[in-house]
Amino acid sequence: MLRVRKPGLLTTVQDLGRPNAMSAGVPPGGVMDRFAHRAANLLAGNEEGAATLECTVSGPALVALQPCLVAITGADFDPLVNGRPAPMWTSVILGPDDQLSFAGRRSGARAYIAVAGGIAGDRWLGSFSTNLLAQRGGFHGRPLIAGDVIAVASPPARRAQGASQSARAISRHQLNRDLRPAYADHMLPAIAGPHITRLPAESRKALFGSAYTVGRDADRMGYRLEGHSLDASGDELLSFGLVAGALQVPRSGQPILLMADHQTAGGYPVVATLAGAAMPIAAQLLPGDELSFVEVSIEAALRMRAAQRAALDSLKS
Amino acid sequence: MPAPRSTTKVRTHPLGDTALLAELGTRVDTALNTRAIALAAALKKRRDVRQAIAGYASVTVHFDPDQTTHAALTTAIRRLASKRPPMSEPGRLHRIPVVYDGPDMEAVAAVLSLPAAKIAEIHTRPIYRVFLVGFVPGWGYLGPLPEELELPRREVPRTKVPAGSVAIAARQTGIYPLATPGGWHLIGRTSVKLFLPDSDPPCLFRAGDRVKFFAAPA
Repeated sequence: MLRVRKPGLLTTVQDLGRPNAMSAGVPPGGVMDRFAHRAANLLAGNEEGAATLECTVSGPALVALQPCLVAITGADFDPLVNGRPAPMWTSVILGPDDQLSFAGRRSGARAYIAVAGGIAGDRWLGSFSTNLLAQRGGFHGRPLIAGDVIAVASPPARRAQGASQSARAISRHQLNRDLRPAYADHMLPAIAGPHITRLPAESRKALFGSAYTVGRDADRMGYRLEGHSLDASGDELLSFGLVAGALQVPRSGQPILLMADHQTAGGYPVVATLAGAAMPIAAQLLPGDELSFVEVSIEAALRMRAAQRAALDSLKS
Repeated sequence: MPAPRSTTKVRTHPLGDTALLAELGTRVDTALNTRAIALAAALKKRRDVRQAIAGYASVTVHFDPDQTTHAALTTAIRRLASKRPPMSEPGRLHRIPVVYDGPDMEAVAAVLSLPAAKIAEIHTRPIYRVFLVGFVPGWGYLGPLPEELELPRREVPRTKVPAGSVAIAARQTGIYPLATPGGWHLIGRTSVKLFLPDSDPPCLFRAGDRVKFFAAPA
């Protein structure tokens, strides 16, 4: 159990989402950075799909009410345990009354906190993910606030039982630095989309090559991008099912990158879709960040996916 | 009687490395939509398919890349799409009361040169089909709207449309399930709840259902 002293800007309970609810128009939801979420869970001894806390832009301050094993991954908000720097991508033991807090954002947008046993929450349509629009799932369908007490879904793993009183006692379970996502590299691999042929050669060249900036309108639904205007005009399209990572082009020509809480259907042209392996990097972008798209083949994207899978599997030994 | 073969080949396009868009056609057409819904249902039964969502005339398929490839799934989709869809039950019929006093009624009446009462009469005439449920939770794309009411979307979308607003745009009509931004013309309102967060599925409409509006007193 953890008590929330300070909630951070937007901290929600998330898991891998509710893809089965898409046919009812409900966004799939779930964590924005699946790699960081999965890694945090594996480091905490959980199943990859257990619920974690997704902390946006700033981290919370949490007090352990019982010994527990935690892992912090994703964005670097400078984590501290009892005021001392705590390592990321590493399992960390908290003793009773130990405080996990964050000094401030150094890089990235979303950090993940996993607790051994998984975060408990409300299940809605098969998932613990918080849906803020429907006010369902996770912690009563809302972001954490000061005073909340977060419960653990299943009894803590045995290794946490004998947790040391000292926060300095740190498990050696860690994800090697070279296996972590290259968050600083904003050249995102993308696969040409269903409506790529609508783009004139000059637009296509701009799409795969010119720099775009994440606009102010960037949240869990999607990011409006600013940069070279893309001409994807043509006949009106019939609405079709959308996927996270799709780059749709509305009439303005400024593309929108769909993220975890994306609308499930739409009729704007989709000119490219991020490789699945690039989604963790996209999840760590904030308004003002620059990015660009690099066209890759499906095969190349699948190789990147396999490399990420292997990195996660290295934590299972 | 031999099963009719589809005359057009299904076209598939990648949507990233683990999904694809299978297009059956490019028209708003009940027969195409019925095929898309049947194809999605058939695909959902496959082990290598995680999710299949029907659009107006397409299916978005999420697959497991460890079990299949874009090419193998395309072959399977073409085979499935060439089969006659199983006889489907007619969709459930929903009767929706509407108070035709939307904030855009006057403007719509002016543009179409029709009195408001006539617009309500035309809007209540057809039995609409729910072509797909999506966009926002519980939203159903209903159509086809009679040609007499065809209008382009509003120049400037509203930032907040009240839940329950009954709206028209192009050859479509729909009901806003939640207070969301929207660019359609609001001609009325209903008290019927479209989004049912505590039910599963969490919405009134399902793709293939039928909807009949009737005018209710204010």
